[in-house]
Amino acid sequence: MDRDTTNMQKAETIEPWISKTDLIQALQEFIPDESVLYDEEDLKPYECDGLSAYHAMPLIAVLPETIEQVQRILVLCHEHHVAVVARGAGTGLSGGALPHEHGILLSLAKFREIIEINPQRRIARVQPGVRNLAISQAADQYGLYYAPDPSSQIACSIGGNVAENSGGVHCLKYGLTVHNIQQLKIITIEGELLTIGGSGLDSPGYDLLALMTGSEGMLGVIIEITVKLLPKPERAQVLLAAFDDIVKAGEAVGNIIAAGIIPAGLEMMDRLAIRAAEDFVHAGYPLQAEAILLCELDGTNEEVSEHVLQVREVLKHSGAIEVRTAKDEAERLIFWAGRKAAFPAVGRLSPDYYCMDGTIPRRQLPRVLQAIADLSREYELPVANVFHAGDGNLHPLILYDANKPGELERTEEFGGRILELCVEVGGTITGEHGVGMEKINQMCVQFDSPELQQFHAVKAAFDPQGLLNPGKAVPTLHRCAELGAMHVHHGELPFPELERF
Amino acid sequence: MNTDISLQLQQQVEQACEQVSPLRIVCGNSKAFYGSMDERMASAETLDVSEHRGVLSYEPTELVITARAGTLLSDIEKLLDDNGQMLPFEPPAYGKTASIGGTIACNLSGPARAWSGAARDFLLGCKIINGRGEILCFGGEVMKNVAGYDVSRLMAGAMGTLGVLLEVSLKVLPKAEMQSTQLFHCSSAEALEKIHAWSQTPLPISASSFHDSTLRLRLSGATKAVKAAINSVGGETLDDAAQYWHALKEQELDFFRPGSPLWRISLASDARSFLPDLAADNDFLYEWGGALRWLKSGVPADSIQQAAAELEGHAVLFRHPQQQTVFQPLSPGLLRIHNNLKRAFDPQNILNPGRLYPEL
Ligand SMILES: Cc1cc2nc3c(=O)[nH]c(=O)nc-3n(C[C@H](O)[C@H](O)[C@H](O)COP(=O)(O)OP(=O)(O)OC[C@H]3O[C@@H](n4cnc5c(N)ncnc54)[C@H](O)[C@@H]3O)c2cc1C
Repeated sequence: MDRDTTNMQKAETIEPWISKTDLIQALQEFIPDESVLYDEEDLKPYECDGLSAYHAMPLIAVLPETIEQVQRILVLCHEHHVAVVARGAGTGLSGGALPHEHGILLSLAKFREIIEINPQRRIARVQPGVRNLAISQAADQYGLYYAPDPSSQIACSIGGNVAENSGGVHCLKYGLTVHNIQQLKIITIEGELLTIGGSGLDSPGYDLLALMTGSEGMLGVIIEITVKLLPKPERAQVLLAAFDDIVKAGEAVGNIIAAGIIPAGLEMMDRLAIRAAEDFVHAGYPLQAEAILLCELDGTNEEVSEHVLQVREVLKHSGAIEVRTAKDEAERLIFWAGRKAAFPAVGRLSPDYYCMDGTIPRRQLPRVLQAIADLSREYELPVANVFHAGDGNLHPLILYDANKPGELERTEEFGGRILELCVEVGGTITGEHGVGMEKINQMCVQFDSPELQQFHAVKAAFDPQGLLNPGKAVPTLHRCAELGAMHVHHGELPFPELERF
Repeated sequence: MNTDISLQLQQQVEQACEQVSPLRIVCGNSKAFYGSMDERMASAETLDVSEHRGVLSYEPTELVITARAGTLLSDIEKLLDDNGQMLPFEPPAYGKTASIGGTIACNLSGPARAWSGAARDFLLGCKIINGRGEILCFGGEVMKNVAGYDVSRLMAGAMGTLGVLLEVSLKVLPKAEMQSTQLFHCSSAEALEKIHAWSQTPLPISASSFHDSTLRLRLSGATKAVKAAINSVGGETLDDAAQYWHALKEQELDFFRPGSPLWRISLASDARSFLPDLAADNDFLYEWGGALRWLKSGVPADSIQQAAAELEGHAVLFRHPQQQTVFQPLSPGLLRIHNNLKRAFDPQNILNPGRLYPEL
């Protein structure tokens, strides 16, 4: 997939009031030369994030090492009207860290220190460039861990996790990033260091902690994060259930929850995803199944034993054709291996794939899956469905070949229609990957102008000149107007009988 | 029980906006004591949300309930209870008339907070009227949603200063199969030590309190898990525990008898002593594993808030005979952001002016 983003950003272009040479010089005054990059060759690694279809070259990339340096960079940018795009590990899937062609790319990669782990308080204070998994590894010696576990956890940074409000397979029970952080230090575009949150469980005034979480680098640069740690569960057990009908699998999810059990993880895969995963990692998945459910239960020994029995019964009553319980830790990991490798596995089926991220109320699953299947036929593009079933977060993977003329455009249109469908049934265009550059148009479908205007006003409360990550996350009204007719107004939705906000 | 007065409310806000005349947002009035009241509020016109009632959707297997702001908290709790579910943050009601809107606007949470999360953690979406009289929807009814800034959670604890809540969607959870409360006699230092040691292990703890040399620990979960946990922590099992936690949550325990000003202090759970020279052990009641401390004290606000700030916590003068609430002052940088946000939602400063901070 390949997208020239110059055009997409046009409306939001920020022109610096300083020349490139002067800016480089000004940066080199307080940052070592090797950390100020401006040659095309040096900039290449920063031209895109995990959504490589969108790429652009920044004017300059800077890799500061101290808080003071970040402050000075922002002061400089503020003074000279230079756009700033923060970047963590660059694993984002919505083009959030896509550089601005006239701006600075601010990499937080050198902020890799775990400043403190306090087992009494069950917190870790870390710098933004620390990898997600590294926190749990460091806390392991105290029997603690950091719960949100995006599949990218070996690579993604905690700063990026906060900026995206990332989730993982365990967020049904343990929540998203927003539920698992306690304090942030941020630097405003004026270069001011602010502490948000405190040492306790709440703080005075507005909930800026929540506002910063998921703000995609639009409101400030996150420079320190205090995360909450949890005691590692005594035991985790996984059940794998196979179904001959994906609707039954969907109902089984509701039935487990109706039984009063909140699994640690509850994941679903459809036939195509099962086959791809099986070919790739040989997890022993039942190939005759239309859908499988993976249900992880964790807690104390006694609790897990009790719940495993209950869930087995529920799954059987829900029409599972087969239910397996991992007999040991090794088998548990094998059951998960297929799910965790689902994206690359599907990637082997076709030259390219495009990962969607809509969320729907779970009861709408049969209808949405049917609609996706119909669209798949209409666009003549296969789709594999991987699904955080517990919380309704769908990841349809559209298979396509970027080298076939027009196929990318068809894929994007197909993806856009899936997201619109999610909005129609009362869901959202993004559950965890963020809006970034990618879903900027679908924001016009999900929100009316007054809401978008309110978002812009929130942005202006932090960054009135709009220098932080320009053109991302919230579309201009102008952009939505140009997209025009697609906009669905509240009360005029195609399915007025549905309850929704 | 099911009335939609959103348009009427919207009109009143539009009018107030035009005339730049402040509105005092009132619902069940159960938390009238909470938040400050200056002259602007005293003379403001009332915007009464209490008639805006009704549960709009509740699907137990989706774990979500959506209700109009004026819906009685007790009605929601009853409905959930009938379905074996609950609001996991155990909100205090402080009166029979408490509404769900007021509960969210104050973001107050009960004994389970340290383990389950706060009101804001369970808020999935809301519909509001901003200070321009616009009806806006943020978030939604799904667990995961990162489209746009998290404006819904910003409403939790904003005390109506950013918008009038019309509807809220909340995540709910199944009730625990079993609960048991264990009782220990010890000093405050020992209590903190015990609770921190337990909290580092996967015990199904759901609440704790300490006062008068007595530590209470509530365990909730699957029956077998709770039984095993009782064996491992020991202590005496408390009879009538549900009643104790209810009385604690609603501030009906003797400790909360009106008298000296009541402070709510939020700080690191392992902070050993607070104001050791000015307050006695028995002036405190600890909750949330030590992270929340109620203090009865006539010590001047400055000293208390200064002490809280030194521990990177904050102190709220929660109940005062003169009905005044004092929130911890904000740093100049944060105050500027607060002012900007207030203007972004309520440019004419008509919604509950001064209820949170005099500057807002
Ligand atoms: C294979 C794969 C699997 C994935 N699985 C999941 C998953 O299960 N769940 C999930 O939620 N996501 C998943 N993701 C997406 C991605 O990993 C997350 O969004 C992650 O949080 C991004 O972190 P990052 O450090 O790479 O951020 P980047 O991509 O570098 O940046 C992301 C956004 O955050 C901003 N940003 C980064 N750091 C800062 C900072 N310090 N201050 C301010 N803004 C900042 C950037 O400007 C950008 O807008 C996956 C991605 C891949 C490639």
